[in-house]
Amino acid sequence: MKDTTEMTETLVEKPESIAVLREGIASGSISAVQLAEEYFARIAAHNPLLNVYLSLTRQQALEQAEQVDAAAAKGDPLGPLAGIPVGVKDVLVMQGAPATAGSAILKDYYPPYDATSVARLKMAGAVMLGKINCDEFAMGSSNENSAYGPVRNPVDPERVPGGSSGGSAAAVAANLAVATLGTDTGGSIRQPASFCGVVGVLPTYGRVSRYGLIAFASSLDRVGPFAANVRDAAEVLGVLAGYDINDATSSARPVDHYIGETEKSVAGLKIGIPEEYFAEGLDSEVRAAIETGIDQLQAAGCTIKKISLKHTKYAVPVYYLVATAEASANLARFDGVRYGHRSEKATNLASMYKLSREEGFGPEVKRRILLGTYALSAGYYDAYYKKAQQVRRILAQEFLTAFSDVDAIVTPTAPTAAFKLGEKTDDPLAMYLADIYTVTASLAGICGVTVPCGATSAGLPVGMQVLAAHFNEGMAFRVAQAVESAQVSKRA
Amino acid sequence: MSIGVSMEEVERVAELANLDLAADEKPCMQRDLNAILEYVAHLNELDTAGIEPMAQVSDLLDAGADLGHGEALRVDALRPSLDRKLVMEEAPETDGAFFKTPKVIER
Repeated sequence: MKDTTEMTETLVEKPESIAVLREGIASGSISAVQLAEEYFARIAAHNPLLNVYLSLTRQQALEQAEQVDAAAAKGDPLGPLAGIPVGVKDVLVMQGAPATAGSAILKDYYPPYDATSVARLKMAGAVMLGKINCDEFAMGSSNENSAYGPVRNPVDPERVPGGSSGGSAAAVAANLAVATLGTDTGGSIRQPASFCGVVGVLPTYGRVSRYGLIAFASSLDRVGPFAANVRDAAEVLGVLAGYDINDATSSARPVDHYIGETEKSVAGLKIGIPEEYFAEGLDSEVRAAIETGIDQLQAAGCTIKKISLKHTKYAVPVYYLVATAEASANLARFDGVRYGHRSEKATNLASMYKLSREEGFGPEVKRRILLGTYALSAGYYDAYYKKAQQVRRILAQEFLTAFSDVDAIVTPTAPTAAFKLGEKTDDPLAMYLADIYTVTASLAGICGVTVPCGATSAGLPVGMQVLAAHFNEGMAFRVAQAVESAQVSKRA
Repeated sequence: MSIGVSMEEVERVAELANLDLAADEKPCMQRDLNAILEYVAHLNELDTAGIEPMAQVSDLLDAGADLGHGEALRVDALRPSLDRKLVMEEAPETDGAFFKTPKVIER
């Protein structure tokens, strides 16, 4: 135990804020190149234990940083993320770096283009450090399903960082990046952000382009940022959000000024507390931390209202049917023909497909492909897939009704703090229940922000999930900022 | 909803999904599938007669309330596509213009 505590002190480190770094870079007091070098040095020191980065794009990063320094020296206008070191979850493609999606089937795959989210970060001046570990094809809640080994939680390396964007959360927690990109299909940004004590954003479905995201479940997948504080997260989402001609599901609605929203008072806002999220299964220390956070919101002038989202208990079953059905279709593209692994044992086309997939996919991916194929197969479609889609509408409608009354909904992000490596690997169902508070928002398409809100007695971070209606990210940021400010002033 | 997936069904579904499961994987998959399907069977407690399935978030709001998804088709105009050479470099087997696979028809 004592060793872990000592390690904690060296591993957890808060990055400097984007505003301070940008100001320093613009004024010349900080060199973007030197900043990038400092990050690469920190990564070299801590990555062997944490296993956050799968590949580094050092040359690209230094070139980007040199351009920023040159522009700053000339007094040219700088992008909103000029010189800011960032990392990218490995399910998003970035030209010049491998994109493995945490899977052996894409080992050494070099994509020929940039995801729109990556391109937008680059356009904003960000310095791309490298690609970040995750559960295979974003399927998992602990980052233990990566073909390249698990990520460890910087707060306690014996524990998981959450998943599937575990590496993206751990990177920010250990200051191996100022901000990172993650993806969230059923909780994969929010739950790891909660476990690692950082801020994670689930944008509304359609707010951020998925072009260049290796698809898992297309009606659910979202791309969003991790950052060390609410303001930085709002800053990065402002860069990512907006219409993209390459993603037919992306929205043309104007993007709000998220930073401005974080500066607004929460006094007078009505916050809904759904009783179903505080029922059996919620760890008592997590509950206490969230209740303290709710009290702080009340002290800041919010009206707290108990509400009921009574179908919540059906969300995990619906999610695992819808997500696996879509995954079984999306993952059909990995067949050894156009990219990725092809079995050397194949003797004909059919055996090439089967052996390539059998050798390339890990157990959880196979399990989900089988479940999804089963749910879509003749004779079971109505009983499973159609039924799940019908209940999905009930769940989504329940949120719409709630948001006609309250401005935001506040819940724990996860039922427990970070669990130990290996604790749930033998029981897929127990692992799925780690997503119990996050999947409903995924199914409904609404947005949310998870913000650190206290800790357990063992010092493990607790995250509060702030949910808001479709395209109301500003409201989620505003409430999350109030929680963060109250936490900071409590510590001071 | 019938529960209880047999070994034959596991094999049939694996065949549909183009997965060639190893012998020792099959019992694990059968066990896990049954556990998960038993859990999702809770959905049967709900009467969903008459409820329209929700396939996409854009299905959600009533007509008139616009979520801004796909409200306009993109312009039907030529745009540059990916460089063939870069794409083909990633293929397991190619002649530069086409992807190559093992023979489809045995003679």
